Amino acid sequence: MSAIAFRLNGRPVTVEAGGGRMLLWVLRTDFSLTGSKYGCGSSLCGACTVVVDGEAVRSCELPLESVQGKDVTTIEGLEHGGRLHPLQQAFIDHGALQCGYCTPGMLMSAYALLKKRPGLGREAIAQAMEDHLCRCGAHGRILDAIAEVSAKGGRP
Amino acid sequence: MSAHGLDRREFLGVLGGGIVVFVSLGPSSLDGQQPRLRYPEDLNAYLRIDEKGRVWIFSGKIEMGQGVMTSQAQMAAEELGVPLSSIEMVLGDTDQCPWDMGTFGSMTTRMFGPALRAAAAEGRAVLTGLASKKLGVSPDALVVENGVVYVRADRSKKVSYAQLAQGKKISRLVDGKAVLRATRDFTVMGQSPKRMDARAKVTGHAEYAGDVRLPGMLYARILRPRAHGATLTSVDVSAARALPGVTVVQQDDLVAVLHADPEAAGRALMDIKAEWQTPPAAVDQDSIFDYLVQRAPAPAVRLMKGDPTAARAAAARVFESTYRSGYRAHAPMEPHTAVAEMKDGRMTVWASTQTPFPARDAIARALGLPATDVRVITPFVGGGFGGKSSGRQALEAARLARITGKPVQVAWTRGEEFFYDAFDPASEVKLASAVDASGRIVLWDYQVYCAGDRGTELFYDIPSAAIRTYGSWGGGAGANGHLFAVGAWRAPGANTNVFAAESQVDIMAAAAGIDPLEFRLRNTSDARMRRVLQAAAGAFGWKAAPGPSGAGRGVACGIDAGSYVALMAEVAVDRKTGHVQVKRVVAAQDMGTIVNPDGARMQMEGCVTMGLGYVFSEEVRFHGGEILDRNFGTYHLPRFSWVPRIETVLVKNDEVAPQGGGEPTIVPMGAVVANAIFDATGARLYRLPMTPERVLAALPPKA
Ligand code: FES
Ligand code: FES
Repeated sequence: MSAIAFRLNGRPVTVEAGGGRMLLWVLRTDFSLTGSKYGCGSSLCGACTVVVDGEAVRSCELPLESVQGKDVTTIEGLEHGGRLHPLQQAFIDHGALQCGYCTPGMLMSAYALLKKRPGLGREAIAQAMEDHLCRCGAHGRILDAIAEVSAKGGRP
Repeated sequence: MSAHGLDRREFLGVLGGGIVVFVSLGPSSLDGQQPRLRYPEDLNAYLRIDEKGRVWIFSGKIEMGQGVMTSQAQMAAEELGVPLSSIEMVLGDTDQCPWDMGTFGSMTTRMFGPALRAAAAEGRAVLTGLASKKLGVSPDALVVENGVVYVRADRSKKVSYAQLAQGKKISRLVDGKAVLRATRDFTVMGQSPKRMDARAKVTGHAEYAGDVRLPGMLYARILRPRAHGATLTSVDVSAARALPGVTVVQQDDLVAVLHADPEAAGRALMDIKAEWQTPPAAVDQDSIFDYLVQRAPAPAVRLMKGDPTAARAAAARVFESTYRSGYRAHAPMEPHTAVAEMKDGRMTVWASTQTPFPARDAIARALGLPATDVRVITPFVGGGFGGKSSGRQALEAARLARITGKPVQVAWTRGEEFFYDAFDPASEVKLASAVDASGRIVLWDYQVYCAGDRGTELFYDIPSAAIRTYGSWGGGAGANGHLFAVGAWRAPGANTNVFAAESQVDIMAAAAGIDPLEFRLRNTSDARMRRVLQAAAGAFGWKAAPGPSGAGRGVACGIDAGSYVALMAEVAVDRKTGHVQVKRVVAAQDMGTIVNPDGARMQMEGCVTMGLGYVFSEEVRFHGGEILDRNFGTYHLPRFSWVPRIETVLVKNDEVAPQGGGEPTIVPMGAVVANAIFDATGARLYRLPMTPERVLAALPPKA
């Protein structure tokens, strides 16, 4: 069996290929990176979102094979040396979470979004986040948090 | 360990040193505390000031997003006189925390809060007493700040809680004699500290039940029926059993496959061949209402006042309406999950549950273990809203762990979550009312099926009124004719009831040609309700006009969990598509003394946002016992684009103790939007959700 090699939160890793596995379960099971959540398993909620080569993708339906040679960042990779990413800090400051289950996915999407399109306004952010679900109804504060970082040019 | 039946002194010995104050909510709240375990039997919670001066609060309540971890800590910190940072919360662990019935009904702050505050105040009294001896001055001459007791007149004389607790073993049962701090003196309550759980949640380190990792853990997938009421006629597990690494369990009604890899377990499940016999479908989401009304139990008379029969006969016009609401799913983002491990004869289960103690007792019963040998630990819960009260998944995990002898995780798929959810029941309200020539409501005849009486409380001054409830919102499968389980959904029954009542009030206001706000004020003398209505109107900039004014503005109000709330909304209706956009919502709430203003606003905003779901889209479709909506592709939750500008107004009322805040604002959401749609278009909607098709059908034909 061949192996799939990729960078995970900056570290090179390899996983045995085969079996039609999805990245979410590899992250959660093989690496115990449990920050990425299962919410629907069908790319409908966004709880499992990770960033692959700069793009926010839903890991619940992302075949492991497709990350061969790529750079994967999960919520656990957002903080650097104990320093929170400005988005994480903004989520805390704005109270942009309640149960927190959607939070990692929200943050990873926002992270990829602002990297690609810095300075985006609240309205455009809302559009880009449209397919992320939050049952607790933290939407308004999530947008406030992302918009604040966006306005500041949000770099770690 | 036989900690059974400890008295308080022995219990303190088990805990180690320090000062412990036990909380008892009185006999009624202890009903059902059987078997009594490990604690002196009259306790609901306790707090301990340890020899380092840290304060530990042990409470059976759980954190599912509503923010009680922070608000409880604030209450204790305030009364004890310690900084918030010295508080450690231990929640929902049946070994470490005394019995608690569960976290629901907005009761944590209302019922448990006062007891916790009293315990903390008692703790402060004990410590001040010790300080008084040590410093040789009377307790009156002392002040407490940040866990240090000072002599008021000479602050160089001081002693810290840590020093005072050193070497002590003191326990007290709170007697309510210690005086609570006055609202005007608050330094921690009434503030908005950042959530104590925020950092863990933004870094991905917050642990939910599904994140528990145990060596050798297997992931289980369980064979499920296609429909409720279906029976298994044949099952063939041979293909699944042949797969490498797969364990198959077949015991009574439980057929499961387990594997060290969750996806492999999922594939093995597909290899099980099962035949089901499904009873013919008799009913669906449209025919359910008549079906339930026909099967309704006899009514309970909740209110009978004046002479409704005579009032009806005397009325110039009686407004008769029927309101309906479909089944609603809880759909927390985290599906039900549990991890169970049997070790040294004891069963430990990590579960996403709102009711750790009842779950523990159910597991003990099912496995034939003494409850002392079962421990339920509740990590962070990824949303509950009333839906995580059954503990079914915890029981499944425990059974499988016992059978296999391995740690087992049961994590429901989204499809299982929809299937086993105890929905907010489909329900119907029949209402007859009348108004006199001066715009006063003179008759209120209210009958509700399957939603109970929450939200029916009458705050309008109506001389003749009857309120009858046929069945309630609760019950397992089969209750009141439902084909599947129904249960508590954020403010159970009140969303249905307030939708009906506040729509009806609007209908009468419009018929009387009176502005709907003015009409409400004219008909209620309840000071708290008048205040929230006026506060909402002020913030909204309400312009009086009888409906329909064309502006698309609505008002609705209600009482829930001891709090008063008034909502105003502005909507835009697309007459071609029936799509309704809520542009703005103002929510004014009087929740008594406010523990955490920002936490309260967060809950209010969450209520408005979550409420948009049941207002516009949420209705579970089914065909007999078969649930047709099993994921978010067809069951639509509110999204970013739906969310209006939300303004929250906290109406100060320090006269009243803290009241519930997690539910009240959601209850008038149906009516405020329905009333705004009416104001925009003249169309009245009587059924939730108000889907575009239903809005289109209700629109008056274009002139
Ligand atoms: S779990 Fe992947 S999108 Fe919902
Ligand atoms: S914070 Fe609970 S789902 Fe978003």
